[in-house]
Amino acid sequence: MSAPELSGLGSLRYLWRQLTSMRTALILLLLLGIAAIPGSLLPQRTQNPMKVREYFTNDPTLAQWLDRFKFFDVYGSPWFSAIYLLLFISLIGCVLPRSWEHAKAIRAKPVLTPKNLDRMDFYRTIDTTSALDSAEAWLKKNRFRIQRNADSISAEKGYSRETGNVLFHLSLIVILIGIALSSSLGMNGSAIVNVGERFINTPTSYDNLTTGRFFSSESLQHFTITADKFVAQYNPITNAPEDYTLSTTISKSVGGSSEKKVLKVNSPLTFGSTRVYLQANGYSPIVTVTDQSGTVVFQGPVPFLPQDANLTSTGAIKVPDAQPQIGFIGSFVPTIDRSSSRGAFSAFPEALDPRLLVSVWEGDLQMDSGIPQSVYRLDTNKMARIGLKEMKLNETYSYGVGTITFNGFTPWVNLQIVRDPGKQYALIGSILAILGLLTSLFTRQRRIWVKVGKKVEIAGLAKNAIDGLESELNDLTDWIERFNEKEIEQERRRK
Amino acid sequence: MSSSQLAYLSNNLVYSSLFVFTLSFFLFAIETAWSVRADRENGVFDRARTEKFARIAIALMTLAFLLLFGGVLARALSAHRVPWGNMYEFSITGALAFTGAYLVALRKYNLRWLGLPISIAVLLVLGTAITLLYRPSAPLVPALKSTWLVVHVSAAIISGGVFLLANTIAATYLIIERMESRGGRNAWAKRLPTLETLDQLSYRLVAFVFPLWTFAIIAGAIWAESAWGRYWGWDPKETWAFITWVAYAAYLHARVTAGWKGKKAAWLCLLAGSTFLFNYVYVNVWGTGRHTYSGL
Ligand code: HEM
Repeated sequence: MSAPELSGLGSLRYLWRQLTSMRTALILLLLLGIAAIPGSLLPQRTQNPMKVREYFTNDPTLAQWLDRFKFFDVYGSPWFSAIYLLLFISLIGCVLPRSWEHAKAIRAKPVLTPKNLDRMDFYRTIDTTSALDSAEAWLKKNRFRIQRNADSISAEKGYSRETGNVLFHLSLIVILIGIALSSSLGMNGSAIVNVGERFINTPTSYDNLTTGRFFSSESLQHFTITADKFVAQYNPITNAPEDYTLSTTISKSVGGSSEKKVLKVNSPLTFGSTRVYLQANGYSPIVTVTDQSGTVVFQGPVPFLPQDANLTSTGAIKVPDAQPQIGFIGSFVPTIDRSSSRGAFSAFPEALDPRLLVSVWEGDLQMDSGIPQSVYRLDTNKMARIGLKEMKLNETYSYGVGTITFNGFTPWVNLQIVRDPGKQYALIGSILAILGLLTSLFTRQRRIWVKVGKKVEIAGLAKNAIDGLESELNDLTDWIERFNEKEIEQERRRK
Repeated sequence: MSSSQLAYLSNNLVYSSLFVFTLSFFLFAIETAWSVRADRENGVFDRARTEKFARIAIALMTLAFLLLFGGVLARALSAHRVPWGNMYEFSITGALAFTGAYLVALRKYNLRWLGLPISIAVLLVLGTAITLLYRPSAPLVPALKSTWLVVHVSAAIISGGVFLLANTIAATYLIIERMESRGGRNAWAKRLPTLETLDQLSYRLVAFVFPLWTFAIIAGAIWAESAWGRYWGWDPKETWAFITWVAYAAYLHARVTAGWKGKKAAWLCLLAGSTFLFNYVYVNVWGTGRHTYSGL
């Protein structure tokens, strides 16, 4: 096909028409499906940054190439966004005019009866000459839209097929709007909170926080959550968790009236458009550290990160106020067990027989160097190890320049806090999409014509491949014939 | 009976049903093979000779269905919940629904010819479940304790079963089509419906179940919103559910709008079905992501 000679505006119009054709929309949808594949086969930064790092160490050259084309951030990559933006534009351009046309078509009369009815999918003739009245009665009974002419009837039914179709595509646009709202106005953050402590919803309370482009921190909802009590139930045979329950006291403002609430995995707390989820849990050993003179230089719970399903957890305790500075690399084992190959490890996630293992480091913690440090890791570059100990509850270990006491432990919970202003649109859009889909898939749109001449011609045309039209036409034929027989009967009686 | 006894019973019942399904498969295969030979020898298909085999095969399949039903029931009782908390259970319940649908349809329609492909499909699903996906019976992890487990997973199971059925029919279509284009059907294939009917049948199944699949995905998204704090996160399982959705949408569009039929449509149907199977096997066994309740 040779492209027509086009001027500037003309070619723009040509492009627009191409982009907004149904076929292009369909191809773009397929492309979106294909473009989604690499993201499910390669590790993604947003989901699994560790695996991505692993990929880089295992095969640096390939990883660099993949990274150049954003294969580790597929769903945020320019090419993925380009496809769905084009799809978005194409859908709008395709559906809006179509809706408009459909709105007109709904009010319009059925099309005129064509000349050659025998070209239709279904065609038959009856040997009578009167049929229009009876046909009209049948068509009305079956709720067809009818246009009656002198010698023919043109009828149509099933407009809701196109209504469903238009509804489906419009609701896809609603979903896309919802997604756009969420990503530009939403936020998503998480914070580890020790049981017994209070979380205040301000940007500084978060361990990490990502916000949409147009999110302002003033729109953070005001609330506080105090973690009162956390209960985790585990299966004694498989060790698998069975239930997590966090009892909280919540308040809509600092110092405002408070309320008791329970937070569980499948039932988040809701504050306006913000929801709070219970995502993970672990243990914070509680320790007291003193210096040589016996002065307490550190006291309190320190969250450790779980390393396995039985919650063997590791972390760091940093004591910048001690002279010299002291740091501990620790490992918390909720239920101690030992093997020759693994040493001490946890045999059950509940703290039945807890131990705290620490190695003590002395030197410079480098906390003032300006480089952000992980609170779970100790930078031992400028430190020297001066002790090693496994402690039972309430045991104190003295390492020469001070002491550490293992006072106890408290669970911590990881709260995920999400504001997603577009999700209602996405939900409404998807419900409408299903409704539209059902209507358009299961409605038969068809036209029926009845024409009288030397004999009666009946013809039908179905718009989609669902059958049923043939039996409908049989019905109509039967009806007309029976009607005519009755007429003849009556005629005879009258004579 | 205690939980562990029930779980043990369930395993035995599932194994037995696999065994009986295998017997039924062999009989269906013999029936088919005989009719092929009869065809080659004299061109006349002797129904009486194979009738008995077909009947025994179906009786065996019914027995296997009952055994599997017992297995699924015992599993549910042992874990005190719906029998689809992980991929193993998802598969055995799916196989049960799939066979049940076939046996019911058999009473109304002449679908005996589907016996062989159906038993192959069931053997594959059950075999995969037992060898690759098996997990001991256990209560649910907290994320799964939700009404959505019933809604989301049963919609996924039914959709999966029907997609599989549509695929089986589309594959049959392609085989028969090839046969016809090479000079006519073998005798055993003569009792199969016309190509037109096969084509329509697979289309209808897909059109029937596509909205349900859409619903399964949306129910998953609503659940994900309340369990994981986001309704969509491009988790591998979500991604492939979307890809399957796109593939079947393309199939429906191609049929309704572009008028695709027959061979082209059957290939597209197979392609779409394979994205579902890929999700089922690959993402569960080798994939990562949050959807790893398969516990592998
Ligand atoms: C957008 C969100 C979701 C999508 C698109 C989705 C998709 C699917 C699909 C396609 C299956 C069928 C099995 C297969 O093909 O392998 C499935 C099964 C299942 N889904 Fe989801 N799902 C979603 C959310 C969830 C959530 C939030 C949960 C639970 C917290 C969940 C739990 C399950 C379970 C337990 C099964 C059965 C078997 C298994 O994979 O272990 N799904 N889902």
